[in-house]
This record gives sequence, C-alpha cells and structure tokens, in this order.
Amino acid sequence: MKPTPSLLLACLCIASGCATVNDAEVAQKAVAVMKASFNERGQAKLDRLDQDDAQKLCSIPPSARLPKDVADGIEKANLATIKYPADGKLLGNWKDGEKVAQSGIGKQYSDDPKVPAGANCYACHQLTKAEISFGTIGPSLYNFGKLRGYSDAIQRYAYGKIYNSQAYSACSNMPRFGHKGILTEQQIKDVTALLMDPDSPVNK
Amino acid sequence: MKSKAHAAIAGTLAGCALLAAFPPGVTAQSSAVDEIAKYRQQLQDGNPADLWEARGEDLWKQKRGQKNVSLEACDLGKGAGVVKGAYAELPKHFADADRVMDLETRLVHCMVTQQGFSQADATRRPFGAGSNRSDIEALTAWVTAESKGVLMNVALNHEKEKEAYRLGEKMFYFRGGSHDFACATCHGETGKRIRLQDLPNLTEKAGAQLAYTTWPAYRVSQGELRTFQWRLNDCFRQQRFPELKFTSEASIALTTFLARNANGAAFNAPAIKR
Repeated sequence: MKPTPSLLLACLCIASGCATVNDAEVAQKAVAVMKASFNERGQAKLDRLDQDDAQKLCSIPPSARLPKDVADGIEKANLATIKYPADGKLLGNWKDGEKVAQSGIGKQYSDDPKVPAGANCYACHQLTKAEISFGTIGPSLYNFGKLRGYSDAIQRYAYGKIYNSQAYSACSNMPRFGHKGILTEQQIKDVTALLMDPDSPVNK
Repeated sequence: MKSKAHAAIAGTLAGCALLAAFPPGVTAQSSAVDEIAKYRQQLQDGNPADLWEARGEDLWKQKRGQKNVSLEACDLGKGAGVVKGAYAELPKHFADADRVMDLETRLVHCMVTQQGFSQADATRRPFGAGSNRSDIEALTAWVTAESKGVLMNVALNHEKEKEAYRLGEKMFYFRGGSHDFACATCHGETGKRIRLQDLPNLTEKAGAQLAYTTWPAYRVSQGELRTFQWRLNDCFRQQRFPELKFTSEASIALTTFLARNANGAAFNAPAIKR
C-alpha cells in the first residue's frame, strides 16, 4: 500500500503523541476555510492553495521532525523531478546570475507575468562581500565553490539544489525554482555559475 | 489637530533626514543594522498615525449611513459604545452574529446593521491609497489607540473562538503556492532576517507579543496607516498566494491565533514602522 500524505500525517500525529482528537479534521477544515477566503488575482489563481505531497507533509512547525522514512520519501520524489540541461553544460554567466540573485520579482499577483522572475537569493543568503543587504534564513553561500571545490559533482549538486531544494533536504525553506517553474533553465545555469565560477565574486 | 499635523510633518522630516544620512553602500553590515535601529528610534516621536486617529474619532461620532446614526452604540465586545480596552480582547465571538470577529469585521458589521450601509459600501475601500482614504483604517486607528497600554487578553472562552485559534494555527504552518511558503517560513525561527529586515518569530511568546502589539502602524515607506488585515493581506501577496479577502474567515482565524499568542503584553499601537 502506498502511504498517502494524510495517512502519514496521522501516523506522525500518533508517533508524536499529539492526542488532540481531530487534528487531521482541523487541518482539513483549515484548507476548506482558506479556499473560501482568497480571491484569484492576476497570475495568482486559487490553485496556488492546492498542495502537493511535499507541501502537505511539510505544513508543520519548524521544530517538528518528520520520521526519517517520510523525509527520505520526500527527497526521493523530489530528486526524480530534476531535469539537467540537455547540452550537459551546467554553468552559465555569473554576471547574469547575480542579477537573478538580486531580483525579488515574480509570481506575486502584483507582478507582471511577462517579466522574468528572479530568485531573490540575497533575501535569505549571503553570497558576495559587496552585497551587505542579505538575509539569514538560509546559510551563507560566500565562497561556495572555493570551499567545496569546483568539481563536476559539486556543480551538479548546486544545479540540482537550485532546481529542487527538497531533493536534498525535505521541507527545506527554499523554493524549488526549477520544479515549480520559477526560473528558466538558463537562469538556473547562471545562478549555478554565480556559485561555482572561480571568477564569480562569490568565490573571491 | 494643527499640532498633530505638525508632529506628523516633523516625524516624516526626521525620517527623511536620517535616510539622507544613511546612503546605500555603508561600509559594514553591523553598522547598517545599527543605523536602521537608530532610524526606527528617531521615528518614534511624532507619529503621523495621529491624523488617522483623529479622523477615526470623527467618523465614529458622526451620524452617517442610510439610518443617519453614529457608531456610538456599536458593541465592540465590552458593551454598546465601550471603546476603551476593546481591541485588547479581540477577536472574540459575538452572539448577535454568531461568529468570531476581529475589529475590522466588527466595524463593518456595525456600519451595516446600525448605520444602514450596504455590505459592498462598507467594504469598498479596506486599504487607503493617497487621496482615496479608507474609513476602516481611520476607525481602526482610533479604536486601537484607545487600547494603548492595556494588556492583551484574548480569552478563547467560546467554542468558536477555540476553533478559530486551532484553524489559525494550521494556516500559519500551511505551505503552498509557487514558492512553498508558509507564514512559518519567515516567522518560525528566532533571530532571522530578510535582507536587513528583522523577522519576528511568531511561534514564541516574545516575538508574537512584540509584533502583534505594534499593529496597526503608520508605514513611512507607504505614507499610510496600515491595519492588521492589511498586514496579513500583504504577507500573503509576498507568499505568492492569491489575494486574502478582507474580513474573511481565514483572516480572522489567523488573527485569533496571533492575538492570543500575544496575551499578557501591553498593547502599543498605532505604531510607526519603516
């Protein structure tokens, strides 16, 4: 039998001893109430509230830990979504990657869908010495390539992590930029270059 | 009124002066964070929110709507016409509507049932923009100011209040949209920032108290007073969700969750924020 997210949640609930009679029912009602509480606007349609398996399973407090097999399952399913470039080249232009890392445009109902989205990496990560306005939700990525080495394996990891962060870390806070169609393949190559090109200011 | 306007201008000028003294590209990160803290501190004297409060008090006392009555008989939860301390106990269940309401929802309810406004007219402009001013924002500014210094006390006695809290908690952790964001993505850990903006951890008492008791707020960057309904609405926009409906059940459930978590703290708004 293939475990469904709701079943897994129920098991999680039993394992963690949250005995509230109807936790799953509350969760279900919360979804129904949310669906009645939003209007479609611009590019943000109501299907933004339709959760995939990872979103359902990860709708838990940051302090809560998923059982290892559930976390492994999320990572396996997300790893399978990663599409590497057909031409085999993972590194684009780091200068274009820096622009993508700076831009927070994209996917909000107030954004023009014709304008390419950014990744807004700096919202959560330190990347270069020059940009002091960076957030701390994610780890510092300064010297990303320099510290890890410029090998093909690390290139592949960096590309994959940007494409689908949950392939490597279930319930990561980081958006799944390739999997959810936020960035194009070229943009992901450019951000990979920002992290992995020895000439990028990230590695200076 | 005139002195209030002067205070407002003085406050804005102080902000401008500080911005001018704080050009982009300051040398080190820590000094940038310090400068922002200093900027916030300097904003504290002379809050333009005074202007919204004064207009809200007028709107509360004016005879308006089809029935040409004031809102002075509106029951905000502590009895008809009692404004003092009312906000610190909201949201709560109101028997006359048999639902849990936050302040904005209750104001709309009174405008419709007592003053005779249509629901559409009462909710036409929840958020102001320049000369298109929002009556709800002004009324909210005044009513909330009447709870300044009062300890937050959201009781959750009624079954529907308890349910709203539980639903709000679930919504807080609900991940969705193109970016997989939940409220908790940004507000679930202590000591985090987006760019240089500090993020309150709303899952802990101290964070919830600091955040909740400082809304509504005059937003310097927008030149507008913003309510808690606006705060939730704009968070969801940045979460890449569709648009949260004004006074929707989800907005009230989330507000109940966050207001209750702030219990025990002295209410301290309308505040002034970046």
